[in-house]
Amino acid sequence: MTRPVDGRPSNPLLVLAGLVAVASIAMTAAQGVDVSVLAVSAAFAVFIAIGEVLRITLPGGRQAAPIASAGALAFAFMVNFGDRPMLYGAAFAVTVVTIGSVAGALPQTFFWRGLHLDELARRVLTTGVAAVVFRSWLAPNLGAEPDPATLALLMTLVATCVVAMDVALAAAVRSAQSRSPFRTALVDEFRASIGLSSAVAATGVLIALTAQTMSYWALPVFVVPLLLTQFSYRRYATIDDTYKQTMRSLSKVTEVGGYTGTGHSSRVSRLTVTIGRELGISERGLTDLEYAALMHDIGQLSLPEPIASGATTLVAPDVQKRIARFGAEVIRQAGVLDLIADIVERQADSYRNTQGVVDASLPIGSRIIKAVNAYDDLVGASLESDRMLQAIERLRIGADREYDPEVIDIMAGIIDRQISRTYV
Amino acid sequence: MRDFPLRTRLFIVAVAVLGAVVLALCVFKTWQAHVSDTELNINAIITLSLLVLGAEAFSAALARSVATRENVDISVGMPIAMASVLLLGPWGAPIVGVMVALEPRPVPWFKRSFNGGMNVLASFGAGWVYAILHAQLSGQQLQTFPTTLSFSPVNVLIPMLAATLTFEFINGMLMVSVLSLAESVSPFRIWFGTMYESALPLFIYSIFGLLIAVVWSIVGPLAAILVLAPLMVARWVFTMFSAHQQAYEATIRSLIQAVETKDAYTRGHSERVSRASVLIGRRSGMREDRVSSLRYAGMLHDVGKLGVPTRVLQKAGKLSDSEFDAIKEHPARGHDIVKNLDFLGEAIAGIHYHHERMDGRGYPEGLTGDQIPEFARIIAVADAFDSMTTTRSYRGARSIDDAIGELRRCQGTQFDPVLVEALISALEADAWELADTGDQVQPHHSSPTYASDHDDPTVSRELGLGGPILVPDDVSELEGWMGEIYQRDVEGPV
Repeated sequence: MTRPVDGRPSNPLLVLAGLVAVASIAMTAAQGVDVSVLAVSAAFAVFIAIGEVLRITLPGGRQAAPIASAGALAFAFMVNFGDRPMLYGAAFAVTVVTIGSVAGALPQTFFWRGLHLDELARRVLTTGVAAVVFRSWLAPNLGAEPDPATLALLMTLVATCVVAMDVALAAAVRSAQSRSPFRTALVDEFRASIGLSSAVAATGVLIALTAQTMSYWALPVFVVPLLLTQFSYRRYATIDDTYKQTMRSLSKVTEVGGYTGTGHSSRVSRLTVTIGRELGISERGLTDLEYAALMHDIGQLSLPEPIASGATTLVAPDVQKRIARFGAEVIRQAGVLDLIADIVERQADSYRNTQGVVDASLPIGSRIIKAVNAYDDLVGASLESDRMLQAIERLRIGADREYDPEVIDIMAGIIDRQISRTYV
Repeated sequence: MRDFPLRTRLFIVAVAVLGAVVLALCVFKTWQAHVSDTELNINAIITLSLLVLGAEAFSAALARSVATRENVDISVGMPIAMASVLLLGPWGAPIVGVMVALEPRPVPWFKRSFNGGMNVLASFGAGWVYAILHAQLSGQQLQTFPTTLSFSPVNVLIPMLAATLTFEFINGMLMVSVLSLAESVSPFRIWFGTMYESALPLFIYSIFGLLIAVVWSIVGPLAAILVLAPLMVARWVFTMFSAHQQAYEATIRSLIQAVETKDAYTRGHSERVSRASVLIGRRSGMREDRVSSLRYAGMLHDVGKLGVPTRVLQKAGKLSDSEFDAIKEHPARGHDIVKNLDFLGEAIAGIHYHHERMDGRGYPEGLTGDQIPEFARIIAVADAFDSMTTTRSYRGARSIDDAIGELRRCQGTQFDPVLVEALISALEADAWELADTGDQVQPHHSSPTYASDHDDPTVSRELGLGGPILVPDDVSELEGWMGEIYQRDVEGPV
């Protein structure tokens, strides 16, 4: 659900990055290349290509190639390599980074994983900005023998800004692809990548700084800490993935037990998460919401006999509430899923109470699951557009009393798009 | 501290005192050098010491913000201590090294002073090894107070590795001595145990230390922040990882309990089967990653019971053939539920075949002997053992000896003899905590009803013959009772 769709060619970010890359290559070709920096540039291109191959998947399905990004940043910042001054311009830096990135990405597209153009595009753009700001504007004002501590401070500053820009770009792409509000996407993106981005920025600055004394040694040596970071992220992503897989599998227990129809919980969770995302719920909130939706029927295990076809909407409201409460108790036992238990507990409560007042304490997750559950009980796995539209109409009648009208509106929009995708 | 034997206490005090003496000497020498030689930058010692404290405090705060229970052991102070071996030399390094023992975690005072003494001695030794080797290899004069550091693979990297080994050796010797004194275990066993765990982290710390030192000589204190950023992030993510893993296991456990509510008298059964399976696995010399998979297999082995109608599981009276067939479905249903969980690996087959018998008379497929996956054979033994030693509605719990006798009687026909022996010898080594289900399920001796406890070998035999077994007779009573359990679980200690 949080897996980003790979960049489509229409994506403006890709167009911009492509233009920057082509312009840089053209400028480099026109100006010619300083032969003294050729070997160093080749080393960095290879380094970036290897980093591109060693990319990792972060929790939430994000892609990152920390080593390649650190190498790109270092190349944008490098002032001296050994005893040679590195006098190339921003265009040349972008060219080398582009060549390295593409060289590393190409074999992957042919052999195993898909091409992650978004991430590549962001790297080209951030390298360009970092190189222009640092090489063209700041470095010329520092004199012939700049103080290393000042350099380090400036590099750190520029790297921080560039990382912030990268986060904003990633958030914009994600917001456009998943229809979640930009602000939510920005916070999510910041939370997800601040750790790795700081490690990348620090490593990039370090390589650029120490290249003067350590020359080629700087590259392999400073990769070691980053590898450790990368390793810890990989483990974290694995357990995160395992958690999701398990929840999805275990949510099938009610289906195997004959309490709910096949695919009910996974359909409910998919639609619930889509609605939640458009409502601007954060990524963490969406994970909780997904788990709550997957397990919303677990309380039915308390029933000695399954309800006919598992449709909880067909039984009396207080039975629904009892099932919800029981499910919440099961989940609460884990001790770590209280938020999820709260959502499950109140999934059967009406939007307005008997006095007609909106219940402010009702979690948004419960409101979504209530509506989606009712919708799925009416439609099931059916793909008939008439049935879908009828179900929405029926829910609209109950909207404002039983269901949150905002949730129903967003759901109607999603169903409309689904129908037009299927029939156009 | 009082719990330790006298010789251990003496040793701890000796290390702490020796450390204090060396530290005092270091402070004196440094002060002397500072007074006589203006080259020495005493600020570096102060800055590095503060950085150690700051880094430890910051990373502990970072970790606290994520996890409830801290069990990640990545020190961010250690790399700075290693850097000071290069930057400050043998007289300055111990002053920074002692700061690592001041980490802001609740540590008993004797442990803290022992660690402090150990760090002082280890960095003192490492400092001398580095200084002497560096002088030898670079052909320069011996510098007890180094002034600059320029990276070179031979002059710096090799002495640094030697210094790391020295550090590890002194550290390891002291650790091993105190542990073997405290627990009267062979020092060699501890040596390999602790060295295995601490060698790699120390090596990584020393690499980080080298990097800090090299960058420090270029840009000053900013070096520590830049170099330690990836390490801090790694530590933070590791903490998140372990918090996530705990949450994950708690989640599985509570879901399994939901499964168990359907089958009245099996509360805690899955958890105990999991534990017994792990005992058997470890006894038969299984690798740790397989044991961890086995733990999940034990936990989830009955998950398929959800596919069996509650009516049948809780039926009062004799089961018909078709009802018994429904019960026999549960391993296959369990397989349906878990088959997509890649990480379970072998556990999937273990869940699928845990009711197979060595003689081929089990279900679902009637596999024989070695055809049955090892995990399934292990779970079969653990499953039977637990169901015999817990209170069931129709009888009290049997003693462990009785259960062992029964397992022995059925080995070869129902169970793998090797695994039965593994369980028995594991039980002899570790005390088995019997389940305390007695207070929740009272044997309904007064109500002569029948049960379908297919896990109990004595009952399975009867089941094959369609014999009488007992079950709690009132389903509604059962429901009320389930509510009670939940109440108890929410409030009481787990």
